[in-house]
Amino acid sequence: MTALLSSTLQERVATARAQLDAHVREIINWHFSPETGTPFWLDAVAGTNPHFKLNFDPRQEVHGFADLKKFGFFEDDWLRGGPVRRWVPLAYQNRPIYVFETGGTTGIPKTRINIEDFRIDYEQFSETLPDEYFPKGANWLMLGPSGPRRLRLAVEHLCQYRGGICFCIDLDPRWVVKCLKRGWVDVAKAYMEHCIEQALTILEAGHDIKCMFTTPKLLEALALELEKRGTSLRQMGITGIFCGGTEMTPQWMRFTIEELLGPGIYIAPTYGNTLMGLAVAPMPRPEENYKITYYAPQPRAVIEVVDFDDYNRIVDYGQEGRVLLTTLTKEFFMPRFPERDEGVREPPCERFPWDGISGVKPFRGFAATTTVGVY
Amino acid sequence: MLHIPISRWGEPYQSMETDRVVHFQTGEVLAEVSRANAALVERDLRYARRAREVLREIPVRELLAMLKKAADLYTRAELPLGNGSQTPEQFVRMQSATTGMPEHMCRFNMEKNFYVLTHMDEILDSLTRGLDLEILSRGYGVENRGVPVSYQCQSPVLGLVLPSNSPGVHTLWLPIIPLQIGLVLKPGPQEPWTPYRMTQAFLQAGIPKQAIAIYPGLGDVGAAVLQACPRSLIFGSAQTVEQYKANPRVQVHGPGFSKILFGDDKVDEWERYLDLMVDSVLVNSGRGCINCSGIWVSRHGRKIAQVLAERLGPIEPRPPDDPEAQLAAFTVPGQAEAIYADIERDLTQPGVEDMTAKFGPRLIKQERCAYLRPMVIFCSSPDANIAKKEYMFPFVTVVECPQDKMVEKIGPTLVCTAITTDAKFQRTLADAPHIDRLNIGPIPTIKLNWLQPHEGNIVDFLFRPRAFQFDKDWIRI
Repeated sequence: MTALLSSTLQERVATARAQLDAHVREIINWHFSPETGTPFWLDAVAGTNPHFKLNFDPRQEVHGFADLKKFGFFEDDWLRGGPVRRWVPLAYQNRPIYVFETGGTTGIPKTRINIEDFRIDYEQFSETLPDEYFPKGANWLMLGPSGPRRLRLAVEHLCQYRGGICFCIDLDPRWVVKCLKRGWVDVAKAYMEHCIEQALTILEAGHDIKCMFTTPKLLEALALELEKRGTSLRQMGITGIFCGGTEMTPQWMRFTIEELLGPGIYIAPTYGNTLMGLAVAPMPRPEENYKITYYAPQPRAVIEVVDFDDYNRIVDYGQEGRVLLTTLTKEFFMPRFPERDEGVREPPCERFPWDGISGVKPFRGFAATTTVGVY
Repeated sequence: MLHIPISRWGEPYQSMETDRVVHFQTGEVLAEVSRANAALVERDLRYARRAREVLREIPVRELLAMLKKAADLYTRAELPLGNGSQTPEQFVRMQSATTGMPEHMCRFNMEKNFYVLTHMDEILDSLTRGLDLEILSRGYGVENRGVPVSYQCQSPVLGLVLPSNSPGVHTLWLPIIPLQIGLVLKPGPQEPWTPYRMTQAFLQAGIPKQAIAIYPGLGDVGAAVLQACPRSLIFGSAQTVEQYKANPRVQVHGPGFSKILFGDDKVDEWERYLDLMVDSVLVNSGRGCINCSGIWVSRHGRKIAQVLAERLGPIEPRPPDDPEAQLAAFTVPGQAEAIYADIERDLTQPGVEDMTAKFGPRLIKQERCAYLRPMVIFCSSPDANIAKKEYMFPFVTVVECPQDKMVEKIGPTLVCTAITTDAKFQRTLADAPHIDRLNIGPIPTIKLNWLQPHEGNIVDFLFRPRAFQFDKDWIRI
């Protein structure tokens, strides 16, 4: 594939890789330094971490991203349960700490501490949004899950960062999943209608809302309800939609753009979660068959698409594999975590000179037990 | 490659996502079927009312004539299918190739659909108890005996979430169009053939295309159909039945647990009814909800099971084009294995005996499919777990149970054939609310009288009787 990339792009890929390697060294030094480091990792080196022991000094042996293989694979159980302070770097112990959760429909959710990361991630994401459709100073509607997730605060910060004021409607996905698992389809539907009604009330209240965050299911429900009422998102003033969730397929995107949004609305699909941040994709286009290719916010997070049977092997471009996520911020170091998703490895592009991923969907090993697209 | 698009009220729509239907023996891809998404279904249902309106513009008697014409087209014509076409013989081969049903059974199901389409006037006459169908169309009228009546249609369309494994179920939705109600069809993943072919036959016979929509897809599409249509039918497992049984918008069709019950007065003559028992278990490879899965007797159970096993046990899989083939293949990977494992667990209970064991292995695995050869299980008590099981192949338990306990113990029973002339027993059976279709006398469970309702009267499900008073000088409809 390297041969197929233009020489300019090859140079950009090499530069990005060098930046990633330098960033890895900086993050390793930070998390394993006795002054600034994270107790979980310091204990691992000292041999006192009951979950995980390291038999090498990362500060001596990790020189770049490839060396992170020495860590093996991160286990999600390490993030379940306390004490949560073990994840707070010593340098940040006196800072105000947020904790955000992911999962948790049943059992103990995974937790990630945050100080500034959610703001940094969403400020970076802000740079990818076209001002024409996400005007600076515009007000936003956040229609999606808040509660223990970072999404509400992050979207609100994104809106504020762009100079607007954010209206928020909450939806608790854990309750929706519980309803669906119990066969309470009507209850789940009524709950969704309750959320949509609130959103419509806000949109009709003259707040000059032009942008919104929502999830695929809520976007469908909102657009269909507006259509029933003889209006549309465009007529309500919406020009930009930031949408997140693994159930966005090319067909879903085509249907949404052609039939729910119509011309004049930009949709920015994202793939992400509390552990990663946001992988972004350019707006899918008909000439590319509405393919959605996400790029991780490298160097702060790196996505690799690895062989289903051998997570040490990156698949070829165009091949399917499981998502292996590495998060590299000063607040959170998570090397090589096998995610709950799979997808197709995509080559770098001019805008994002590192690997991307398309066709994201629940990892086949979990798919039968995962309820997706509930909110 | 044959591509079958979504049909949005007659307008083809090629999805960017497709599912392949493959030949269960060769792995050959027979077609790619467009996969709908849930919101597309929900959005299209904006036009549900139009489906009823276009049908109401056609008098019922004309619709019935169109169905007769459609019956001919369905069984004899080469009809469009996606970007190609399909002859009746190709239809049979394709249906067999993806459902695993032997071809002669597919042909038989075609004949069954033909019969229902060509006798629709009689079927509706019996289902409506002789009501002038124009009354359903107009919404009110006066019965022959001079009584004013009104029936209000409860939905402009009927949603159908169809199965893959039993092409016989399609007869249930054929009466809908002449009732001037539209159809929203979600085909089973392995059986897109009948919904598409029947729809083409309907359209060529003159039914307006705006009356029928077809949405192939995954589970989310089925859920969307149920959610968006005010009235729906779904076919599924016992779990599906449990999920929807209290939902008045959904008529759910699950396992039948159909049975043959011998009264004490006739059980000693059981040998006279051996063919009836074999046919009830075996016809259509035991796939239908009307196939017998339990034979209940107060005595001779072991002997009956033994003789039945001698008839059924030696039956072996044959190629699907063999006119003697009696077994359908399991085309969904792992399904036959899971069923067999379930049965094996139940066989460990005391008093339970596999009478077909000596006729060779039951689970036959092939490269891309599997077969389960017929099983006859003797149960010395109705309390055995396996006495209440039903599977999608010729499987029957012969259960010993005193006659006076039978009705209490049999559980839900779609078809009950009672071999008895005992008036008291007949009365008890006739009054049992958990028995749906009751056959008294030597009538195989699989013999349907099309003039009688099946699992609830579809007309009652779709039309609500109500009061409607009017002054003849004022009425304009």
